[in-house]
Amino acid sequence: MKTWLKLTAIALLFYVHIAGLLFDVPRLNILNETIRALYFHVPMWFGMVLLFLISFINAIRYLGKPSPEMDRKVVAYANVGLVFGILGILTGMLWANYTWGSPWHGDPKQNGAAIALLVYLAYFVLRGSLDNEEQRARLSAVYNIFAFAAMIPLIFIIPRMTSSMHPGSGGNPGFNMYDLDSNMRLIFYPAVIGWFLIGLWIASLRIRIKTVEEKILELEDEKSA
Amino acid sequence: MQKEFALELRRKAVISGIGLYLFSLIFICYLTFSLRKNSINEATWSALFWLAILFSVINSVAKSFIGEKRGTFIYYYSITSPQAIILSKIIYNGILCLVLSLAGYGLFSIFIDNPVQDKLLFITTLLLTSFGFSASLSLISGIASKANNSNILMAVLSFPVILSILLMAIKITKNVLDGLDRSTSYDELLNLLAINCILTSLAYMLFPYIWRS
Repeated sequence: MKTWLKLTAIALLFYVHIAGLLFDVPRLNILNETIRALYFHVPMWFGMVLLFLISFINAIRYLGKPSPEMDRKVVAYANVGLVFGILGILTGMLWANYTWGSPWHGDPKQNGAAIALLVYLAYFVLRGSLDNEEQRARLSAVYNIFAFAAMIPLIFIIPRMTSSMHPGSGGNPGFNMYDLDSNMRLIFYPAVIGWFLIGLWIASLRIRIKTVEEKILELEDEKSA
Repeated sequence: MQKEFALELRRKAVISGIGLYLFSLIFICYLTFSLRKNSINEATWSALFWLAILFSVINSVAKSFIGEKRGTFIYYYSITSPQAIILSKIIYNGILCLVLSLAGYGLFSIFIDNPVQDKLLFITTLLLTSFGFSASLSLISGIASKANNSNILMAVLSFPVILSILLMAIKITKNVLDGLDRSTSYDELLNLLAINCILTSLAYMLFPYIWRS
């Protein structure tokens, strides 16, 4: 990753944290100060979906032209996406605890998100139970593509068909309605970009670590041989 | 494809085993609930029904690759293309699932109750879900058969994938049980059809990559 991108990510997140916690937000019943969760909770989901999308694209590329490098990419992006998803669910539960009264409300969006995480946990279980390296990469790439396709209706279509208490669906207004002077957008969009860049950064670091580890293993093999 | 049918039908023990599995599952439901006769409401009925179908379907389709011997694979490999194999598997499993869910429906109406009001719509739903299940489960069974602990892996991999089909089906079932007008379920039916198409085409495209090993 380019250095200026890393610096932008850091600067954006500094800005988001300071501005998100200190700036003025619209005063609303029930929501009150918890509206600030928008800056931290929603970017997690944007980041998760984008990272899973990258993982999905890399899985397709892997099947087109297999190479261990591509496999490392698929895994790294799925991994970071999973972390984002878990953080997203935790921040969502925190928010729900104060506005809905309990952390888990059986809301369609919550359930969909939990299932999406299950899909990727299953993906890692699959990787863990295959021994042959090449086979593991190929089968898990197949499952990755299949799972991503199955996940889309779960998090994008079904929650929109049912009524939900989640803001932005089932007749509940999203932040567009509250935010008449668009001040929240000034923080929200940088937050999305900042977190996404951080996700890319972590993934690229993981890829590099894995590559180096594999190189070291190869060198040791040569030495002992 | 016909060969597939012949091969599968030859394994009569497996089929009767699955049939018995379904029967005992439903009978257990009946026994555990009959203590409080007539206490079962519609929501419980649909939950029980879909659970029974889900478990018997996963168990039966899982057999499609996991149970086979190594020699059969090599034999298949030499006679046909992977696409033909996955298609015949999907069609065969789809019919198997349909038979299973119809049998389950029949058993449910004998033992427990039959609160379904719009039968045609319900059977269409069963048809669509059967093919959705069979498309996704056939592919996943192919993946799981390559791994060591394939039976556990089969369940773990398949549950999240088929959940979207199941949710749609449960929603339609709820509409049917409440006796709502048919037009209220069209959205769900269309969605189910779309999910089926996506899953089947993906299974068709991805299967050759699994098959090569």
